Amino acid sequence: MATQNSRSAARFMLAPAVVLLLGWMLVPLTMTLWFSFRKYLPLRGGDMGWVGFDNYVRFVSSSSFWPSIQTTLIIVGSVLIITVILGILLALLLDQPMWGQGVVRILVIAPFFVMPTVSALVWKNMFMDPVNGLFAHLWKFFGLTPIEWLSQASLPSLVMIVSWQWLPFATLILLTAIQSLNSEQLEAAEMDGAAVVSRFFHIILPHLARAITIVVLIQTIFLLSVFAEIFVTTGGAFGSKTLSYLIFQRVLESQNIGLGSAGGIYAVILANIIAIMLMRVVGKNLDA
Amino acid sequence: MAREITSQRKTINTVAAWAIGLLIFFPILWTILTSFKTEAVAIADPPVFLFFDWTLENYSIVQERSNYGRFLWNSILIAVGSTILGLLVAVPAAWSMAFVPSVRTKDILLWMLSTKMLPAVGVLYPIYLLFIQLGLLDSVLGLTIVLMLINLPIIVWMLYSYFKEIPVDILEAARMDGATLKEEILYVLTPMAIPGIASTVLLNIILAWNEAFWTLNLTAAQAAPLTAFIASYSSPEGLFYAKLSAASTMAIAPILIMGWFSQKQLVRGLTFGAVK
Amino acid sequence: MGSITLKKVTKSFGSVDVIHPLDLTIDDGEFVVFVGPSGCGKSTLLRLIAGLEDVTSGHIEINGKDATDIPPAKRGLAMVFQSYALYPHMTVRKNIAFPLKMARLPKSEVDSKVEDAARILNLTDYLDRRPGQLSGGQRQRVAIGRSIVREPDAFLFDEPLSNLDAALRGNMRLEIAELHQSLKTTMIYVTHDQVEAMTLANKIVVLQNGVIEQVGSPLELYSNPANIFVAGFIGSPRMNLISGKRAHEHKAETIGIRPEHMSIVKGGKASKSKWQGTVGISEHLGSDTFIRVETDDLGAIVVRAPGDVGLKFGDKVTMTPDLSHLHRFDEAGLAIK
Repeated sequence: MATQNSRSAARFMLAPAVVLLLGWMLVPLTMTLWFSFRKYLPLRGGDMGWVGFDNYVRFVSSSSFWPSIQTTLIIVGSVLIITVILGILLALLLDQPMWGQGVVRILVIAPFFVMPTVSALVWKNMFMDPVNGLFAHLWKFFGLTPIEWLSQASLPSLVMIVSWQWLPFATLILLTAIQSLNSEQLEAAEMDGAAVVSRFFHIILPHLARAITIVVLIQTIFLLSVFAEIFVTTGGAFGSKTLSYLIFQRVLESQNIGLGSAGGIYAVILANIIAIMLMRVVGKNLDA
Repeated sequence: MAREITSQRKTINTVAAWAIGLLIFFPILWTILTSFKTEAVAIADPPVFLFFDWTLENYSIVQERSNYGRFLWNSILIAVGSTILGLLVAVPAAWSMAFVPSVRTKDILLWMLSTKMLPAVGVLYPIYLLFIQLGLLDSVLGLTIVLMLINLPIIVWMLYSYFKEIPVDILEAARMDGATLKEEILYVLTPMAIPGIASTVLLNIILAWNEAFWTLNLTAAQAAPLTAFIASYSSPEGLFYAKLSAASTMAIAPILIMGWFSQKQLVRGLTFGAVK
Repeated sequence: MGSITLKKVTKSFGSVDVIHPLDLTIDDGEFVVFVGPSGCGKSTLLRLIAGLEDVTSGHIEINGKDATDIPPAKRGLAMVFQSYALYPHMTVRKNIAFPLKMARLPKSEVDSKVEDAARILNLTDYLDRRPGQLSGGQRQRVAIGRSIVREPDAFLFDEPLSNLDAALRGNMRLEIAELHQSLKTTMIYVTHDQVEAMTLANKIVVLQNGVIEQVGSPLELYSNPANIFVAGFIGSPRMNLISGKRAHEHKAETIGIRPEHMSIVKGGKASKSKWQGTVGISEHLGSDTFIRVETDDLGAIVVRAPGDVGLKFGDKVTMTPDLSHLHRFDEAGLAIK
């Protein structure tokens, strides 16, 4: 169905979405690019002119830069690995016949409804607090010294909180995909004498490829911009500063717009690298 | 599967699944329980689960200190408003890409999704400046627009994948039957896509409700939604577990309740329309 | 009123030419069937007439007026789709009423027209059901009902019976033929099934690779196929096509003979007009038996014999073609008159 009429109607109807997103992307990005070449300290003298690549050099040579990249990659990578693996296992379990499947599913999905600020606060105070937190009680019960989670193990703690938030999503997508697997295929494999493990690796896993791709794609989008969890728990201390958070501090806390903007451009570049890599894979795996 | 499942197997499955389900749900359950405790009980060692004197005083204290109603109202306005705005822009766009695909359709879709990867923090200051210029800072309208824009790619993507499932024939039939484009979308496409649209709306409301970068950074007193309401408990009130729990419960309850009442659409929505 | 004229119509998708320059005239009240193998462009041609696709070049006239740039809704045509394309969220009544509602007819008029259509199509009891609750045949009737209430100048059918089982298909074919008898409206019908084409059409258009191979009445096409393609496509079982020495004997590159235009006897001797072979597989249809005869010099030949013919697998037989029904074709595959 494509007549000249419908094609021009289509262009007309697609335009608002494209224009809005293009504007949303380009206008602020251009401004960020502009600031990144200027010495701009709103509280200490304002715009003090052109400085070339100074901000870029300063941002990279700051001792926080590489650790922040590392932290970003660790958080995104660990959460992806944890949620995909646990998600597959959980999905396989939930796919089995059982009583009260619907209720279990609700229980498992629930963390997705919890806003990041709430989950961060609840985890930080009620679970990870070294004095009154549940974990502290648990550790003491076994005669161990409670861990100061957010200072001694800040990254694992963050990964744990964020994984808890995203595990439901991964599980649900993977469960939906498993349920769409043709049971005849599995039965045929069983007839062919494939053992449980090889059935998993040769039939179930390949069938899940598309779902896993989607989990990775969508989660990466959201994980790259993890903010509230860090803001509320460590405030970026104890090595939990992601690139985003570092920029946030430069812009808001030290009010160095030029420096922060240069960092912003680095973040855009990093996001683009990841986006291009993802889109390659996704474009192949996803017959949009 | 027409196969006998032994009830022993089923029992094991059930026990395992319920155990894991409860474990995952536990932080939420614990928060809700704690919200009904007194502060002393809340930090008791060993922890008290069910057998304590249930009290509602935390809720009234929280309500007294910060006007929950206003934050809630802002959250509702922003979540619902951005979703409706988003649908108005996304439905026509998704129609175009699903039913009049061109060679660039897939690129456009991926490009839209990639705009979501742009680090928000990289454009925080420009947006901040623009908002001051436009008088949108700390306004519900401004936040609604921003949340619409950041969720637009997801809405378009989801609607697109739902629309793709609708046979083109039916739209063509409508066209042959004399329907204009507007009538085709209004009377034929939209009613057929209701389940998909409902899922999209639910997911988008959740995403907007829980969004915690722009809502924290672009609001102060006037337009602050529940994310900001709860962030104000980060310290030192965070140490008062019962009050923190009451505030948390108040912040997540609307979405939890909505989720439980619309489970079917929501489950569909949570897969972002990407997996059938 | 319902005459349609195609003038030098072409259609390309990108660099692929789906319809080559094509002229066709359809007169008011005709039942025209486009037939051809899949991918021959017959459905595209129908969609061009409907206005669901633009022509790449050329003109389409409806009732003598240029309709090339008129949108589908305004062409006064109604279409029945292969998938029926019913609106799943509407009841049968609303489905049938939809075109009338779009035409902004007053409600009383809509109601009476829907009732009429439902009566004609035996759908009265189902008016408040949804398409999902109907059988295939009933859905088909709803689709037809939706198109007749508009009183269009012409009906377009896009393989409407291909989703039905064999028995139902026969019934629906009859119903469509009756509908044409009573409405006398122009109908254009696309199918890949030559039996449907033969039984329904006043005029058959045989298409292959976007080119019209022949236009004519069913019997014309059956008795005087213009080329090998039409000869082989029309008629079931297929015409026997023989090339080589046996064809040269009749001064042709290829000769064709239909299964019913041969007599067959047990034993006998070969000659120029008598062909010999061995009985292979037979299909016993009761009234007729189609016998596949394996020959050394002609390949396999299918012969129609009476139902009670006493031949069995392995019998030596002799076939005598009826030379007045022998079709001869030249190197280009065109019929030699």
